[in-house]
Amino acid sequence: MISIDELFNTFNTGNGFWNPVLWLIAFVIIFLIIYIIRGFGNNSYKKGTGQTQVFLSGNPESDFESMHVKSSNLYWGWTESMKWIIDALKSIHTGNVSDYVLWFVIVMGVLFLFVGLI
Amino acid sequence: MIANIPYIAAAALIIIGLYTIIFRKNLIKMLIGITIIESGVNLFLITLGYRKGGIAPIFTGAPAESTMMFPVPQALTLTSIVIGVAVLALMLSFIVHMYRHTKSLDVRKFGGDDQ
Amino acid sequence: MNFIDLIMSHAPALLVVIPLLGAFLTPLISKINDKIRNIFVISILGITAVFVLLVAQQVLDTGTITYVFGSSLQTQNNTVIRILFEIDALSIFMALVSIILAFVASIYSWGFLENETGQDKYYTLLLLMTAGMLGMVLTGDLFNFFVFIEITSIASAALIAFWTNRVKAVEAGFKYIFISTIGALFILFALALLYGQYDALNIAQLADRITFTYLDKIALIIFISALAMKGGIVPMHMWVPDAYGRAPASASLVLVAATQASLYGVFRVLFTLYGNVIHLPNISFGWILVILGLITMLVGVIMAMIQTDFKRLIAYGAVAELGYIFLGVGTGLTIIANPDIGISSAPFAVEAMKGSIFHIINDALDVGLLFMIAGAVYYATKETSLNSLGGLARNMKYTTIFFIIGLLAISGIPPMNGFASKLLIYESTYQLNPIISIIAILSSIMLLAVFVKIFQSVFLGPKLKKFDDVKEVPKSMLIAMGIVASIIIFFGLFPDLIVSNLVEPAVNALIHPENYLQGLTGGL
Repeated sequence: MISIDELFNTFNTGNGFWNPVLWLIAFVIIFLIIYIIRGFGNNSYKKGTGQTQVFLSGNPESDFESMHVKSSNLYWGWTESMKWIIDALKSIHTGNVSDYVLWFVIVMGVLFLFVGLI
Repeated sequence: MIANIPYIAAAALIIIGLYTIIFRKNLIKMLIGITIIESGVNLFLITLGYRKGGIAPIFTGAPAESTMMFPVPQALTLTSIVIGVAVLALMLSFIVHMYRHTKSLDVRKFGGDDQ
Repeated sequence: MNFIDLIMSHAPALLVVIPLLGAFLTPLISKINDKIRNIFVISILGITAVFVLLVAQQVLDTGTITYVFGSSLQTQNNTVIRILFEIDALSIFMALVSIILAFVASIYSWGFLENETGQDKYYTLLLLMTAGMLGMVLTGDLFNFFVFIEITSIASAALIAFWTNRVKAVEAGFKYIFISTIGALFILFALALLYGQYDALNIAQLADRITFTYLDKIALIIFISALAMKGGIVPMHMWVPDAYGRAPASASLVLVAATQASLYGVFRVLFTLYGNVIHLPNISFGWILVILGLITMLVGVIMAMIQTDFKRLIAYGAVAELGYIFLGVGTGLTIIANPDIGISSAPFAVEAMKGSIFHIINDALDVGLLFMIAGAVYYATKETSLNSLGGLARNMKYTTIFFIIGLLAISGIPPMNGFASKLLIYESTYQLNPIISIIAILSSIMLLAVFVKIFQSVFLGPKLKKFDDVKEVPKSMLIAMGIVASIIIFFGLFPDLIVSNLVEPAVNALIHPENYLQGLTGGL
């Protein structure tokens, strides 16, 4: 069967290498160091004082439920700037089965051209 | 030339079927398009099985000195026809359900989730 | 002892026979009791999985297995007239992917479909589909391949339309069967072209005789485009979001495996069937795969970015993942098919193919896990739109943890399994052309963004009032997700083990078609 040594072999990727176990050990060590540094911190958090309020000026908070960012509002900047390509892609995705078959025929035709049969 | 007619017919059937599927908007007509393609492919298979001077491979009825054909293409065609019937029945039952829900057979009425 | 030997000698046939027999016994057994039926289906798939592992060990130890149905290999006028299975390392690798997903799906369905009617039909179709997929990847005969494609697509179309009271589901099933039938008919046409010229249907024998005539080129193009359409490669991917998005989550899971089986068809045709002549054309077919792969990645990821339906979004993500598989194999083929370069001077070709073949199983597991989570969210809240979900991490702790694992894995973040295979693909495609690997990394980053979007809008955020009484999903669903998540972590932590034991033999089977031919000529 598979020996224990074989489990921890470094994974060669041609020009590079990747050893997840070493990576995980390094990750844990770094986490520990961060945790130790965190221990030096000054605990000055006081519950129930003005320190914990969302707005220091004392403005009323709005309802929690309405503060959730809905998924269609995420990445609106990216969507806005890529509008030209998204609109083009949307107009291709008609949801019509005839078009699906048409694309199959087009791909077949392009491949025929590519190979030089036509 | 005359021997090529079945091949031309098979190619023509496939192209007619594709045309029907792409340019007709009625689901039932598109289904007929699929069966036309299927007939074209089956015709092509059957044509491949024919050899000049060969006779049907029925062992008991064959004359002694004749050459029987190798019946693989015929067997393939039979299998393909059986599969075709199953697929056709399934697609028709889908169309029945779609018609019951929407009272429409227009292919453009279905889909468009991305727009 | 004798009995075990007998069973083992027929193991390749049993791989297909057991699920097929189980499929037709399921309606009878479900007359007794629902629970007994579920246990029966899970155990049937479990037994099949055991046989897959046994055959896998045999294949990896001794090389290609040829199993002839009926009797010993018989030839007439030098033509093989028997139906036969030819199992090499790639086939058994794909069989492993299929059976893992089918087995997990059967466990998952227990909880997921608890209160649905028509479960006996569902399980029958699930087993039928598994039989079809296993047949597709194990067969050594082109016509058999066509028959198994049709079995798979009929069963999966019926599974997609499982919720017949929803018109969208029926419509998606109709689209799937329509597309697959056309694809399968064209495959039948292409194999008739080959049969007419070479008088054989056996893949090994055809590969031996093929000379790359004009008709062969037509057949090759039809094979590639039809199988790529069944595999969901852009621009023929439009059925994928419909089908994956509308099917029950447990069926989407198995559909992922069916898609991979179609991609297996592309690779088998290119590398084995045309393996002896693939270097003949002036323009390498590898570039076709590379270009298709790049378009697939970009279009899939951009369309995923703007979706608002949970499962539809994952479906587009799955399309993008398929691009990586095509990209790596295309890179390999470009080098192998080019006699001026050759593998010896460009070893990255083999690395690229290792990356893609490894990515097949990674992609199946990652996407499968995400589909199961989408199903779990649907089961708990009856919502599919991302806009009306939020704050579920408070109610569904385990599901959230599994989602984080799936998110990291699919976008290739270390130490999950997706990273290892993507690293192989990036490094090797960089040497073919740096721009290719830049696009690959870019779309991987966008995939991360897409799934972070789901994470933010479904699991994070304040607790919504309407989801106050949402509970964690039943145990069977958690177990199914847990199995896949632990396989993902295992593959991620020990990639070398998987690559050197499973993936490397599969790649060798692809780039050395002569081994596949020898499996047959031993009997000729």
